[in-house]
This record gives sequence, C-alpha cells and structure tokens, in this order.
Amino acid sequence: MSDESANLSPAARLTKWLVSGPPFIFLLLFFVAPSMIMVLASFRYPGEFGGLAPIAAADPNILQGFTLETYQFFFGDLIYSEIFVKSFLVATATTLICLLLAYPLALLIARSPKTSRDLMVLLVILPFASNFLIRVYAWMIILGPQSAFSQLVNSLLAVFGAGPVHLLFSPFAVLVGMVYVHLPFMVLPLYTNLEKHDPALLDAAQDLGANAWQRFWRVTFPLSLPGIFSGSALVFIPVLGMFAIPDILGGTGDMLIGNLIKEQFLGTRDWPFGSTLSIMLTIAVLLIAWLAAKFGGSRGRYA
Amino acid sequence: MAQLEIKNVTRRFGDFVAVDDVSLNIEAGEFFTLLGPSGCGKTTLLRMIAGFDLPDAGQILLDGKDLADTPAEKRPVHTVFQSYALFPHMTVAENIAFPLKMARRPPAEIHKMLHETLEQVHLADKAAAYPHELSGGQKQRVALARGLVNRPRLLLLDEPLGALDAKLREEMQIELINLQRDVGVTFVFVTHAQVEALALSHRIAVMSQGKVEQVDEPSRLYGFPSNRFVADFIGHINMLPAQVIESAHGHLRLSVPGLGEILAPPVAGAAAGAQGVFAIRPEQVRIGEHGEISELRNHLPGVVTTLLYRGDVTLYKVKFASGKMIEALLPNAAAGRAELFEAGDAVKVGWRHDAGMFLHE
Repeated sequence: MSDESANLSPAARLTKWLVSGPPFIFLLLFFVAPSMIMVLASFRYPGEFGGLAPIAAADPNILQGFTLETYQFFFGDLIYSEIFVKSFLVATATTLICLLLAYPLALLIARSPKTSRDLMVLLVILPFASNFLIRVYAWMIILGPQSAFSQLVNSLLAVFGAGPVHLLFSPFAVLVGMVYVHLPFMVLPLYTNLEKHDPALLDAAQDLGANAWQRFWRVTFPLSLPGIFSGSALVFIPVLGMFAIPDILGGTGDMLIGNLIKEQFLGTRDWPFGSTLSIMLTIAVLLIAWLAAKFGGSRGRYA
Repeated sequence: MAQLEIKNVTRRFGDFVAVDDVSLNIEAGEFFTLLGPSGCGKTTLLRMIAGFDLPDAGQILLDGKDLADTPAEKRPVHTVFQSYALFPHMTVAENIAFPLKMARRPPAEIHKMLHETLEQVHLADKAAAYPHELSGGQKQRVALARGLVNRPRLLLLDEPLGALDAKLREEMQIELINLQRDVGVTFVFVTHAQVEALALSHRIAVMSQGKVEQVDEPSRLYGFPSNRFVADFIGHINMLPAQVIESAHGHLRLSVPGLGEILAPPVAGAAAGAQGVFAIRPEQVRIGEHGEISELRNHLPGVVTTLLYRGDVTLYKVKFASGKMIEALLPNAAAGRAELFEAGDAVKVGWRHDAGMFLHE
C-alpha cells in the first residue's frame, strides 16, 4: 500500500482521496459510528421511560453504569434463540425457493436471443417500480379469506376431504411474501453469471458424450456456483432482518428477529436489549458471509 | 468401403447454400483436410459430421451406417474446437477423463487410459492444473488429448492451430502428425491455411462456395491443380491469359498476349483455339543475365521492378517489354548471394517447356 501511494503524483493522490473520501466518510459516520454506539448501548441499562439509563448519576437508587445483563437475558431464555433459529429457517427456505424459481428463469433469459434479453431483465425488475409496502399489501388481498385464490385452494382441499385453511397471517403467507419480494435479487446475479458462459463448452460436452442432463449438471451448474452464492447472499441476509413482511402477512406466532428488534426499540423501549439482539444478528450474518466466502472462494477462481 | 461417406450433402441457410451437393469418401486412418476460404462451407460440413447440424439433403455414413438419427452425444466422433472449449472448472485430468466418464468406463480403465494419454501429449506433470494456468500450446494439447482419449472413430479438428503463434504452430503441426500416426484415428481437419493443409494432410479437399473443387494428395494439388481456383488458392502462381494454337508432339503451343508464343505441357481436351490461362509457379520461373536461360525453350527479356527479400528466398517481380508481369522465386542458397539482382536490372526470364500448365476458362 505504501509502495503504491509513494509512486503517485500529488494530483493523483488528491484524486484518490476525492474519489474514495466521501463514501469512506459516509460509512464512518453512518455505519461505523452507530455500530459503536450500539455496542456501547448493549452494555448499558434501559432508561426509566425508554432510551438509556445514565452512565453515572447522582442518585444511587437509579440504574447506572455498565452491565452484561442484556446478554445474560438473551442466553438465559431459550425463546430468543428459538426466534433466531426460526428466522434462519425462514431465510434458508426463502433462499432455496428463490433459487429453484430463479434458476430456470435466469437460464431461459440467458439462452434467449440477445435482442429480447434486455426486455426480459426489465420485466424481472419491473415490480420495483411500485412501492414495496403496496406490493406486500396486495398479497393480503390475494391471500385473504374472501379472495378467489383462497376459495379455490379451499374448494380443492374439500375435494380431498381436508378442512378449510386460512392462508393469510400464517408462516405460508410470510414465505410467499419473502419469496415474492426477493426473487429479483436471485434472478439478476444468476442471469449475469449464466449469460457469460461460453456456448462452445456445451457443444464440447455434448460432442464428448454428455446428454442434456449431464451437460447441465457437469458444466452449467458448477460454472454458475458464483452466481448462486451471490444471489443467495442477496436474498438470505435481507430476509433475516426483514420485519415488515412478517408484520403484515404473518400471524402472532410468526415473529422473526427483525420484529423482535423493532419491538425492543419501538414497543417495549428497551434499547440495550434491542442493541444486543442487533449485535447477535450482525455476528451471525458475518459468520455466514465468512463461511460463504471461504466455501465459495475456492470455486470462484475460474470465473 | 470408406470409413466416412458423405453423399450429396446439401445445407441451406435461407437462400444461402452453405454446402452444395458435396460427396466425399474418407478412408480409415487418413489425415483428411477440408481447405477453403472462410465461408466456403467447411465448418458447416464439419458440424454436420459432428452432429451439431443436420443436412437438408444427402447422407453422412460412418462405417456404412447413416448418422442422421444419431445425436451428437451418441456419435463416435469427437471434436477439437477452435477455442479449445476446455471446461474451466475442471483440472487437466478431469477434462481429459470427461469423455471416459460419459462413456461409463470402469474407474480402473479410466485411470489407465487417462495416464496413457497424458504421457502421449506430454502433460503428465500438469494433470492437476486448471486450464487458465496453461499456455496456449498446453491448452491445445489438452483439447487434443480430450478428443482422442476415448478412441473415437473420427477426430474432427476445427482450425485448432489458429490461435497459436507461428513458431508454436509449426511444433504443433509436427506433434499432430506424430500423434495421428501413433493413435491411428482418422482425422478430419478444417483450415483456411493452405500451408498447414499441405504440411499435415494425406489428402485435401479444396472447397469454395459450398462445393468441392478438387480432392487430392498435397503434392498433386500443388503441382496439378484442376482449375483456376485451386491453382490460385494453393500457394502462389503466375496466371496469364492464353489461347491454344495447337496440341502436338507431346506439348501445347500457346499464344500468350504480351509474351508471344510459348510451349507448355499437354493437357487433356485442349483443342486448338481453346481459351484459358497459362499458370506457372514462381519457383519454376528462372531469371539470369547469361546464356543459360536462353537455352530454355521459353525465354524472354525483362526488367526487375521489385524484389521481396525473405531470407531463404527472394521473390522478384519482372516486367516484360509488353508491360506484362511475372513473378520468379529464387533460393538464396549460395553463400554471399543474398541479392543477386537489383530493381532495374535487365534480365532474361525463362522456364522449361514442361513447367507450368494450361487451365481451361
């Protein structure tokens, strides 16, 4: 690093600072600093009426100073770990369903004539043109008990003698909403990867005796692993912290980490515990990202 | 019966006829080349043999069996692609073992065949390397090994040396010849480089605009091209419009405007009055200042206008009094004979009466 900058002219050095400075300062102010504040907050007591208790106060009867109480609280009650596990399961399920739905679509786009590809990609990202909440509320109507879809499902179930089910406010509705919102984040990295594959490789595989399935499984799929990893990260991590979709489409029992954290800050106003939950989530995500990089990195070298 | 029989094969793309009623027989163990300029249909023909494309008319038979209903993955025909098309996520060994695995050979056999082939192409020490770690020549050898390892009936090679630099290309040509002789697999080689075709092939089919112009051994193709296209496409040649005066006494008497009357070797069907060209290779044309040239039956005075010194040989462009030009290629074999003639030198140009040929219009 020092060798590199030593060779730069003053003008080049200034440009480098001007270009990299603003985003650096932005992240410092709005990511690093708040994270530090959160770490500190997690070791403090909650204030009497929300917020934080003072670090030092004249009155010895009010809570003050630092404590490990929130962490003891987190690990002391299994319910929090259960919500973490449930959130991870929902995120994993969403990621897998997105992958299963997105892969054929991305493959179809990548193998379409060049002229129609841009239009198809545009269609994939078109839902972003309307507001996120409106799209999620739309699912409330689609899954609501009076909707044509609900009635169709229930009359089909009746044929098989099964009782009517309530689609809305269920884990199913949460999953549908999660998959629906995050699908484009899986399609785009997959498409970007698949589109770069050299078609001659498939010709070569066929020429050397591979049938259609073998061509996919031994050539296309392994070469698309970097796309699968980045798409999965783009779906998994936001789903893990998502609170709006479970709030709107989930039932009372469908609380995920996101809802729990939101509840601490806006509901029970227990900032230290909210901070602790947040930090645990960040650690979990970083752990997964590290594992993914370690696992994915060894396969990414040829891409 | 030839191993590969191509019978009246035609392939059209819209109004464009890429392959036009082509018939060829390729023998077992042969190094056969399809040679022609780009767009002549040679690659389309190769893709039809491999099974990536189907003829609109005609048949392709391998060992007497029509291939029409056999998909590419079932044909005992492998291809070495121009871009090599090595699988980037597989090591050299995995790439080469791929066709063996697809053929479901037992692991012990795969192991044995893989290592034999790695030895054969001198890549035993690169078995664990990935394609991006290899040089161009090494990638080329992996592609060859992968095509040959499962002993196909035919190996198709689509301009495989095109991406290599000149020196490496010559080394690879020698390796190709040796490899083909060792494994005995029939090679069908596609190229637009006539030097490569002449150096490698047992037989060459020269193609132009979807048709086969001539099929022959390299030396016959070079020495006795059957028409003007082949004569012009293979090597360099001087071509001068000519008319037959008479065909008698074992030679042709030709009238060449600007040169006068010359003698040429006889050719079938050349009756008096026939129009065509007199074609002669530059290395058959001699130039000199002295009497030795005058002893040749065909000789004329001229002036050297340009010379291209190429090290081993020099190409002289000589102008006759009539303004007609002829090219002569002289070896620079003798020591200190780097430039025998200079531009502007008055010289005598001549060639033997049995050199050159008359080609019909």
